[in-house]
Amino acid sequence: MPSNDKQRTSGEPMLVVRDLAVKVDDKQILRGLDLTVNPGEVHAIMGPNGSGKSTLAQVLAGREAFTVTGGEVRYQGHDLLALAPEERAREGVFLAFQYPVEIPGVSNVYLLKAAVNAVRRHRGEQELDAMEFLSLIREKMKLLDMNDQLLFRSVNEGFSGGEKKRNEILQMALLEPALAILDETDSGLDIDALQVVSKGINALRSPERAMVLVTHYQRLLDYVVPDFVHVLAHGRIVKSGGKELALELEARGYGWIEQETARETAQAAK
Amino acid sequence: MSTPAPRLDDLISREYQHGFVSEVESDAIAHGLSEDVIRVISSKKNEPPFMLEWRLAAYRHWLTMREPEWANVHHPPIDFQDIIYYSAPKSQKNGPKSLDEVDPELLRVYEKLGVPLKEREMLAGVAVDAVFDSVSVGTTFKEKLGSMGIVFCSFSEAVQEHPELVQKYLGSVVPYTDNFFAALNSAVFSDGSFCYIPPGVRCPMELSTYFRINAKDTGQFERTLIIADEGAYVSYLEGCTAPMRDENQLHAAVVELVAMERAQIKYSTVQNWYPGDKEGKGGIYNFVTKRGDCRGARSRISWTQVETGSAITWKYPSCILRGDESIGEFYSVALTNNYQQADTGTKMIHIGRNTKSTIVSKGISAGRGQNAYRGLVKVLKSADGARNHSQCDSLLLGDRCGAHTFPYIEVKNSTAQVEHEASTSRIGEDQLFYCRQRGLSAEDAVSMIVSGFCKEVFKELPMEFAVEAQKLLGVSLEGSVG
Repeated sequence: MPSNDKQRTSGEPMLVVRDLAVKVDDKQILRGLDLTVNPGEVHAIMGPNGSGKSTLAQVLAGREAFTVTGGEVRYQGHDLLALAPEERAREGVFLAFQYPVEIPGVSNVYLLKAAVNAVRRHRGEQELDAMEFLSLIREKMKLLDMNDQLLFRSVNEGFSGGEKKRNEILQMALLEPALAILDETDSGLDIDALQVVSKGINALRSPERAMVLVTHYQRLLDYVVPDFVHVLAHGRIVKSGGKELALELEARGYGWIEQETARETAQAAK
Repeated sequence: MSTPAPRLDDLISREYQHGFVSEVESDAIAHGLSEDVIRVISSKKNEPPFMLEWRLAAYRHWLTMREPEWANVHHPPIDFQDIIYYSAPKSQKNGPKSLDEVDPELLRVYEKLGVPLKEREMLAGVAVDAVFDSVSVGTTFKEKLGSMGIVFCSFSEAVQEHPELVQKYLGSVVPYTDNFFAALNSAVFSDGSFCYIPPGVRCPMELSTYFRINAKDTGQFERTLIIADEGAYVSYLEGCTAPMRDENQLHAAVVELVAMERAQIKYSTVQNWYPGDKEGKGGIYNFVTKRGDCRGARSRISWTQVETGSAITWKYPSCILRGDESIGEFYSVALTNNYQQADTGTKMIHIGRNTKSTIVSKGISAGRGQNAYRGLVKVLKSADGARNHSQCDSLLLGDRCGAHTFPYIEVKNSTAQVEHEASTSRIGEDQLFYCRQRGLSAEDAVSMIVSGFCKEVFKELPMEFAVEAQKLLGVSLEGSVG
């Protein structure tokens, strides 16, 4: 198992995943995954299709279709898996969806306001009224170069791929999570949109906030430079390193890691 | 009709079985229906002879009819001889004495809907004296309306004070021969509302809040008649958004609307009768005939309904587009949860030239609810240039409920344009998870998604009503997720 020792800085970790095993429809997807994320860090989770990247993102956010069969997840020192999805969200866990969901008839601004106020209520803060909310959201939209009219259209309905992803980052900017998990936020983006989205993500990096970027390609990491890169294969993290690992993966593909892992496993078995 | 019809003298002497105190007893008739019962009703209400004749004709016709079986609803047979057809005023002494005696579940719903305390008492049927200033408020309104020539009163009052209007319009839209329940209603209806707007008058307020006070306890056979004379306008709100305590199981109401030339009637309903419990026990059977007649050219009738209550809803608010260029509209949200059944829709009958109709129907099924849209668009030979657009959308929550659509289209004029769109969708796990991941509770998420689905209908409701209707959907869907 690769060591994560150099990540362990002072204070409590934001997220500790220990030996996590997850099944969906009787199929084992994660098999003993370990990951520690500290405040201020950006971790990239990479890996081939089907390695379990999205499953990890969804399990952390509380998707009920997945069954945790082993291990534990601590978030800010608490048992994350014991919380309902909305409780996790209110406690500051945010998932930017790979495929943002359309909700016909519900205006984008309505959902955003409901979300922001749900979180504010939870924190014991005063809810924002319509005017306060609009001025807040306009400020955040500038950051993402978004068109005002997207606020008044139905949630994600008829949005282009780029608009959907920007809308996810806008939500993140509004909700100011402690832990942001971005699931393939770069997929389906052209280069201009990728730059805008990356700019938005970078603007939200802070010493108090941790981010986990799930991505298949190195591309996003050119713009959002991670502190750590992990390779996920067959349901566990098989290799961790710095940002240069991503470049190596880009150059050599995932195949060599899988071979390396297979060798290690064989040796361990002896 | 399994029990033999009782004789007149039995009726009057028999004691009312629920043990009402004496002054009430004298105003209650025993179970069952016969010509004598109708005579008693009519004489107790001191009606003019034309009313009695009409009731009797309706009753005789009803005897020849059979209960309809075509609707997609199921219930045990109704024993029409086991119903008390007249018991006004209903005994409040039989009801709870204070809110402490009322089902806490009902109170929780009122609280959630934000119903004012005094109104909660009224809705729960608590016997309180002089609850409402609204009675006097009602009178004030009545004076103001009266100065404009608007008649707005209970049906019984209209029979006494404006018999010529009643005689002219009663049954002119829904004749007693129309259907089984309309015939029954015509024979025995006890009360209801009456409204007449004179030519050129725009009714300055939504006729609503005090209506529900005025019309409480009108019983199960309610009759409403609204006439908008040439160029008049009225917006009428029926019902209430909080669940009504009611001992009657069968409700067979009739609503008739008449719009003369250039007149406009907007009729909005929020129906939230007791739907029965989670196992499907109890609940109201709501079998209603509602029809509007666009009698004059360029007249317009709009029906907007939000149906969330009743164990069974059977109702098709319709428009007869007789006047040239008249417009009929139907906007509906029908929600069924647990074991509720709804068979609802509309009929648009195009007779005049260049008549237009719009149908927007949103059906929501949850639990084991069954929801059917049944609609008829009929274009007669005379209706050159008629146009209709229908849109029927169904939303399913869970996998034990059902949505059914029965659109009928009959077109006899080749210049007509008729469009029908339909969709069925399901609240996805994806949508729910998305909202919850943003911090919304599952309940709030469902209610938001459902409101979005109903948006086109809600925007037709008067502002305050729309907000209440939205809350109501949330409450009605409680327990349908998770």
